[in-house]
Amino acid sequence: MGPYIIRRILYMIVVLLFVIAITFLIFFILPTADPAALRAGRSPTPETLKAIREQLGLNHSVPEQFWLYVKGLVLHFDFGNSFINDQDVRGLIFDRLPNTLFLITGAAILWFTFGVLIGTISAVKTGTFLDRATMTTALVAISAPVYWLGLVALYLFASDIGRFPILPGNGAYQDAHGFFAKIPTLILPWIVLASAFAAIYARLTRSNLIEVMSEDYVRTARAKGLTERRVVIRHGLRAAITPVVTILGLDLGILVGGAILTESVFGIPGVGRLAYDAIQRGDLATIQGTTLFLAFAVVFMNLLVDILYAFLDPRVRY
Amino acid sequence: MALLEVKDLRVHFETEDGVVQALDGITYSVEAGQVLGIVGESGSGKSVSSLTVMGLTRAKNARISGEVLFDGKDLLKASESDMRALRGDDIAMIFQDPLSSLHPFYRIGDQLVEAVRAHRDMSKAKALDRAVEVLGQVGIPEPRRRVDAYPHEFSGGMRQRVMIAMALINDPKLLIADEPTTALDVTVQAQILELIDRLRQEFDTAIVMITHDLGVVAEVTDDIAVMYAGRIVEYADTESIFAAPEHPYTWGLLKSIPRLDLPRDEPLVPIQGRPPSLILKPPGCSFHPRCPYVRDAHKRIDPKLVGTAEGVNGGRHKVACLLPPQSRRQLWTELVSGATPEDAKQRVVVPEEAVDQEAVDPAAVDQEAAR
Amino acid sequence: MSTNGAKGNHLIEVRDLVKHFPLTKGILFRKQVGAVQAVDGVSFDVVEGETLGLVGESGCGKSTTARLLTRLLEPTSGSINYKGQEIARLSRNDLKPLRRDMQMIFQDPYSSLNPRKTVGSIIGEPFAIHGMKTGEGERRMAVQELMDTVGLNPEHFNRYPHEFSGGQRQRIGVARAIALKPKLIVADEPVSALDVSIQAQVINLLEDLQNELGLTYVTIAHDLSVVRHMSDRVAVMYLGKMVEIADRTPLYERPMHPYTVALMSAVPIPDTSRRTKRDRIRLEGDVPSPINPPSACRFHTRCWKAQEICSTIEPPFAELAPGHRVACHFPENQVDLPVPTVRPLS
Repeated sequence: MGPYIIRRILYMIVVLLFVIAITFLIFFILPTADPAALRAGRSPTPETLKAIREQLGLNHSVPEQFWLYVKGLVLHFDFGNSFINDQDVRGLIFDRLPNTLFLITGAAILWFTFGVLIGTISAVKTGTFLDRATMTTALVAISAPVYWLGLVALYLFASDIGRFPILPGNGAYQDAHGFFAKIPTLILPWIVLASAFAAIYARLTRSNLIEVMSEDYVRTARAKGLTERRVVIRHGLRAAITPVVTILGLDLGILVGGAILTESVFGIPGVGRLAYDAIQRGDLATIQGTTLFLAFAVVFMNLLVDILYAFLDPRVRY
Repeated sequence: MALLEVKDLRVHFETEDGVVQALDGITYSVEAGQVLGIVGESGSGKSVSSLTVMGLTRAKNARISGEVLFDGKDLLKASESDMRALRGDDIAMIFQDPLSSLHPFYRIGDQLVEAVRAHRDMSKAKALDRAVEVLGQVGIPEPRRRVDAYPHEFSGGMRQRVMIAMALINDPKLLIADEPTTALDVTVQAQILELIDRLRQEFDTAIVMITHDLGVVAEVTDDIAVMYAGRIVEYADTESIFAAPEHPYTWGLLKSIPRLDLPRDEPLVPIQGRPPSLILKPPGCSFHPRCPYVRDAHKRIDPKLVGTAEGVNGGRHKVACLLPPQSRRQLWTELVSGATPEDAKQRVVVPEEAVDQEAVDPAAVDQEAAR
Repeated sequence: MSTNGAKGNHLIEVRDLVKHFPLTKGILFRKQVGAVQAVDGVSFDVVEGETLGLVGESGCGKSTTARLLTRLLEPTSGSINYKGQEIARLSRNDLKPLRRDMQMIFQDPYSSLNPRKTVGSIIGEPFAIHGMKTGEGERRMAVQELMDTVGLNPEHFNRYPHEFSGGQRQRIGVARAIALKPKLIVADEPVSALDVSIQAQVINLLEDLQNELGLTYVTIAHDLSVVRHMSDRVAVMYLGKMVEIADRTPLYERPMHPYTVALMSAVPIPDTSRRTKRDRIRLEGDVPSPINPPSACRFHTRCWKAQEICSTIEPPFAELAPGHRVACHFPENQVDLPVPTVRPLS
């Protein structure tokens, strides 16, 4: 597998370079705010603008700017500085990263556990009322937009504005300090973020498991006299869950780049929020930084998931 | 008393398209150390009968009636946990495709150990020792090393041996083999059949061999039940089936297969038509739409499986056919000498009124099954 | 069935046909480190009007050979000569008109028909591809005629494959194959997926069509009894090589290659009187891997007659009797021996 991993890492680098180039070029094509003007403040004089341009390196040609950017990135892991407040973009991202990770990890644990559990029960009791009820609920959960769910959740349960004030609402996360204090503030966000995914995972687990249960090796397991529970879990679920686990990896990769909607509704200062604000303000450097970060996360998780697959399915050989 | 006695077993499945009459009252028995061959094509019900013996057809939409006596105990009335105790222990089954029948994600050692520990209170280490022992018995070289391998790392023949090992690991009294060699090359098939035979001799296991290959049954079985459309249409010792078959379907099978021991120029005489739908079975004798010797009465009356005269070697020979025994023997003599069914029909005179079985009322049968 | 085939016009001449499936390794630039030697230098002729049977067990290369003949696979090297024309390396465009002459029938009637197309459309597709029978209703008439020829009800041309039984689906495949009145049909296990009582129907159909349309067949099968019934000449393959080829009767009654002998003796016969008298040759173990086949004679690792020369010098595929070629240093049943060393089947 060694050569395979090396090859994949090389491809990863190529993809990332490609992403950098495209992000870079897009913002030269799109009419965003002039970064120098953003920095300069009110009624800047031409000299001020020029000075700022030089400072930001905007007086160089596009290819030169690109090269400088890539050099900084590769050699110093430098994402540049925000056009708005001149802060180090890398710092901005990594400051926010723990919040995002906290949010998505908790949600992932919730959605995976419930999704697989419900999916398994539905598969085993296929065709019954329970099965149909859960699958319909799942469909509703998938169709409801995250921000809608979030707003409804806040409306119902937020301690400050909610009908049944039982859980902390918007902004509570930032106000709480310390790992354990933050947990209650994340309960609503976790549930909201997890619900759509749980529904998808439930449906996926259900359909995979139904298919697997009709496989010959499940028949063999029953013929060996194993209990039905063992047959379903150790023989059925074990085979059905492989694609679900790989999708989990991919979903996490995408979410790392920002669960923008959830973070916005609940006021959690994560990477997603950062990207959203940057886009609103035309802060090119930060936009590039967060985009690159997301790309890296996705590509990396992709590789991780493929390697994981080889451990889950012994027939796969690289 | 026989180890396994199946009596009037009926299995109907209620589906959206109608009631599938998979098994329509079959009766057979197997003694210890004996091999029963069940021969049939797709839709004959041969697999369903064995799965029912194992208790693997207990679905919500299944209507099962009759008796399945194993060691005197009626399995149809047994609880699910009783059946689980028997499966993989006293009664074991091997299936057709060993690649898809072994779990692809677990090592074969683990799968074998699981089979042991489901029925015996043994440590993993001891169970593994047992697994290695059985693998050696079935002819897997270097078994201690091979237990760590995955199923896809074995060849087809070796995989089937692993399946046989898994079935035999708890010393079953009865082994059911459902098309065990169909997916294998012919030289490998020969090895596997020989293995099964050797194990039978060593351990006195009763074996039910399900197959569509007449060559295979001729080699290894003591008795044969020929199934068609959910019924047994002929049941006799193996020699009688080949020397003096009595059912037109059996004749059809024997005449339609190419054989290495007959001159090549013998034409293949196919059985006209195709197997019937199990939902809409033909009235009367299920085989009548395809039978060259059909008479009017056969379209109304359903033949029962009854004994004919003593078979070869004094075995008991049973047939479900309304043609008079005398006529049947004449027809077979004609067919053996090379006549086509049409010719044979011309040459043999079948007395019209010789239908001596009571009509079987289909409605009564369904009422029986519903109880 | 036509008469014996060793003589007569050669429809196809195959010489040193090779197909290797490469195995690559390497981080960035894939180097070939080995190959699955599926077909490793086979030479044979197909006589016009005959049925040539190709037998062997898994991994012997018979299916690959069949696909090479119809150019569904590209040969790695070697020559395929069709009626005097070299077709092994012909471009797709040049090959297209020839495809009308060479058709295939496949093994699995359940997966070789497109479930989304009506039967009429499946059978009529060859006409569409070659721009034939474009007239109003012309194609439908041609399709219905074909359906009738193969024993299907012409009224059913608007039905879908899943509405037919296995045997009927195989007939659909046959109808499609004969639509363009080909000269050669390569049938890859045409009956092995069918019920026993249906096999005879399809075998008889193929025979009748051969007589009616003057077809030449190359039939791949693993069932030796079926092959014997259908073929005029039979070739036996093992691990990518052809080890024996002969007319049907000599091959089955006096097989010369030890592998053929073992193969014949392994076939179970539906006759109980043979049970005790049978001399069965048991081959130990499994077929070796085609990635790393044994040296020289590939069968030497399992052959009871193997000697030193068998692992050092590859036996030539020599004609040891008229029309009977064998690749073995110590063949059985040679005519000059007073008594065959292995009792034949009769």
